[in-house]
Amino acid sequence: METVSLTIDGRPVTVPAGTTVLEAASAAGITIPTLCHDPELTAVGACRLCVVEIAGMRNLPASCVTQVSEGMEVQTASPAVIEARRTILELLLASHPQDCLACDKAGDCRLQDYAYRYGIRSSPFRGETHAYAVDASHPFILRDLNKCILCGKCVRVCAEVQGRSVIDFAYRGFGTRVIPAFDLPLAQADCVSCGSCVAVCPVGALQPKEMQGQGRTWERRKVRTVCPYCGTGCTIELNVNDGRVVGVTSAPDGAVNGRHLCVKGRFGYGFIHHPERLRQPLIRKEKRFVTAGWDEALAYVAERLGRVKATHGPDAVAVLTSARCTNEENYLISKFARAVLGTNNIDHCARL
Amino acid sequence: MTNSIAEIPEADFIFAIGTNTTETHPVISLFVRRALRRGATLVVADPRRTELAGLATVHLAHRAGSDLALLNGLCHVIIKEGLWNREFVAQRTEGFEALREAVAKYPPEKVEAITGINAETIRRVAREYARAEKAMILYTMGVTQHICGTANVLAIANLALLTGHIGRPGTGVNPLRGQNNVQGACDMGGLPHVLTGYQSITDPAVREKFAAAWGRPLPATPGLTVGEMFEAALAGKVRAMYIVGENPVLSDPDGKHVAEALAGLDFLVVQDIFLSETAALADVVLPAACFAEKEGTFTNTERRVQLVRKAVDPPGEALPDWQIVCRLATAMGYPMTYPDAAAIMEEIARLTPSYGGISHRRLAQGAGLQWPCPTADHPGTPYLHAERFTRGLGKFHPVEYVPPAEEPDGNYPLLLTTGRRLFQYHTGTMSRRVAGLEALLPAEWLEVNPADLAALGLTDGEEARLSSRRGSLVVRVRASTAVPPGLVFTSFHFRELAINQLTNPARDPQAKIPELKVCAVRLEKL
Ligand code: SF4
Ligand code: SF4
Repeated sequence: METVSLTIDGRPVTVPAGTTVLEAASAAGITIPTLCHDPELTAVGACRLCVVEIAGMRNLPASCVTQVSEGMEVQTASPAVIEARRTILELLLASHPQDCLACDKAGDCRLQDYAYRYGIRSSPFRGETHAYAVDASHPFILRDLNKCILCGKCVRVCAEVQGRSVIDFAYRGFGTRVIPAFDLPLAQADCVSCGSCVAVCPVGALQPKEMQGQGRTWERRKVRTVCPYCGTGCTIELNVNDGRVVGVTSAPDGAVNGRHLCVKGRFGYGFIHHPERLRQPLIRKEKRFVTAGWDEALAYVAERLGRVKATHGPDAVAVLTSARCTNEENYLISKFARAVLGTNNIDHCARL
Repeated sequence: MTNSIAEIPEADFIFAIGTNTTETHPVISLFVRRALRRGATLVVADPRRTELAGLATVHLAHRAGSDLALLNGLCHVIIKEGLWNREFVAQRTEGFEALREAVAKYPPEKVEAITGINAETIRRVAREYARAEKAMILYTMGVTQHICGTANVLAIANLALLTGHIGRPGTGVNPLRGQNNVQGACDMGGLPHVLTGYQSITDPAVREKFAAAWGRPLPATPGLTVGEMFEAALAGKVRAMYIVGENPVLSDPDGKHVAEALAGLDFLVVQDIFLSETAALADVVLPAACFAEKEGTFTNTERRVQLVRKAVDPPGEALPDWQIVCRLATAMGYPMTYPDAAAIMEEIARLTPSYGGISHRRLAQGAGLQWPCPTADHPGTPYLHAERFTRGLGKFHPVEYVPPAEEPDGNYPLLLTTGRRLFQYHTGTMSRRVAGLEALLPAEWLEVNPADLAALGLTDGEEARLSSRRGSLVVRVRASTAVPPGLVFTSFHFRELAINQLTNPARDPQAKIPELKVCAVRLEKL
């Protein structure tokens, strides 16, 4: 493979030809800030936060769309670069609602992070701010376009990964917005509710509706586990606060799915704390269920199953195990059927 | 799956038969889209024009239940035109002559008469599949839920063996499993004829190994499958049932009979997270923890064993299923205790060659392990059959087309097929308790071709009576060109439209899969 050697911040780096400056820097362990860039999506060079200084070039090029060339000398944090980034951030903040105190994205927001990193307390620009109505039409996704920085990641993930193109840029200039066709509310668009747009949004413009007010990002413990719905086996992170699952997020290194989930995996967790969950053993007495303790219930089950087995033989008992139970549980249920009951009458709904 | 999900974009030809992937396995469909973006050809065989069919290069809208004729027809063309992989067939397979003979009876013109697919299209698809560098077959219940389900699967395997599209990355025969741990439930011996890792219950050496580990002799004859259990219950032979986390009243065919069978038992114990339609019939209901409240592992459709971690406590006194089973076994005089789920996996690994190298400790370190993983230093197996098949040589199985158990007739002139929808799941026990999912899909309807609606004098949105030989329901009809004239479609997610009261329990003789994908029905104005 053809390689190219260059220096980044004085460090010699050798990378395959065709690599972007951003990727080369990252390979060398140097992080360049970005808002619109995403390794999984087409690079568009829209936010220009990733600008760098390259010896011999007059302007500051965006590193995500600039390819390396032999002998290139790159500065990722020169005074000119820092100045340019500060200006970009100040312009973004000029029209951004200064809402971090109450925004659910705080703590996990790239704009907030970069403002902190570049020491921007307020914007010298007195920009116009937007007054768009928040789109809360969708059961799971909240769209607050006042916070949108027009990075276009949601547009690209919807088109390039989900193959949907539900949302796109519309209008011009200061009025540019990312909207579904005909400016319909999201709930009326042809959206599959996968939430990939939410997962890639770097700011608080797209947020999971049901996680609003469910605790600060840093208060939530993320427990990595496997989606309980279909057999794809997507990795999900259960977000736990105060002993309750308050949401689901995805992780870039999910074994099968990366950051992508479907509507059930990302938003289908509401059954966990549903009030109809069974909380106690129930025994039917005179046509009605009455609650019982475990010892009583299990002694009763043992006695009744034992009696059927004793009178009619072990094969008069049948067991259905479950595609929703863990492997360990399925194993024990099979062991129970075969070793304890003494029957091979065990099956589950594999065929359904 | 013989191969891995991540390999799908490597394929240059994908043949998806009987799978509505974008709705039932949405994340897997993203990999199919990636393959398409890289220029792969997608052929979808499905009587319905699903979203996936809309993405396809070629959509084969074959008659419901005619899959086997189609598959044999493809093999016919490949052999007739000399497109089979001679080297692979010679070195890795046996029984080729028998296959050649069997598929000789399926020339494309005859297959066209059975399937409704143009003979020239059959030829073209066969050629492209055979000539592809890497061709992958994806399928789901659309292929298996038929009286000829086993034969359908064998016919798919014939196609892959014939062309050598197996045993390499980006190829293979890939069933997409519908439920999160259906693969694991099978792997763990939740089946009447096998123990863990598909070790046969009829093999004395296997029984001896398990008897030694479990301290009890094992019954030697295979048990009943789920459908047979309900029949035996109706016949008074099965007198008690222990049902864990299943809802057969809604999920199984001929639902009224299932409910009758359960009601007639001497004793029914149901263990679940909600009071399901099945639990409501029980004598005792045991409250179980859900996936978020326990430790353990799930195995996905590509054989990847992954860790399930506890995030929160179960509600009230509910317990993880494994703890309930331990306590019940102990109450029945068989002391069963484990410190944790990891210890159970250690026992599984000792008894199961394909899980031999799997432990919670290893799983915690990475992205899971794909079985076979025989030893603690084995990296797992992304694709099967690389050097040899489990039985040595891959065997061709000549299989004959049989028409569905019920075909349309004067009384029941339409065919009903069933499936799943994106916003709901299985019998809805979980998904229908998620408010947002309910908002996205609050009700079910019957999809009917506009021509059939017009002929019946029905209009879109109207309520109508749908009947089969087993029952009758009132349904709301919706005009849809996704179904061809003569075919109607709905899902089984909704108790308000308990379609399995109508479906046919006629079963495949080997796999005992009920023919949920086709039955004859009549639609009438109310
Ligand atoms: S939820 Fe998915 S389909 Fe809907 S707009 Fe976002 S990315 Fe597109
Ligand atoms: S997120 Fe969707 S595709 Fe992934 S496992 Fe869950 S249900 Fe299946």
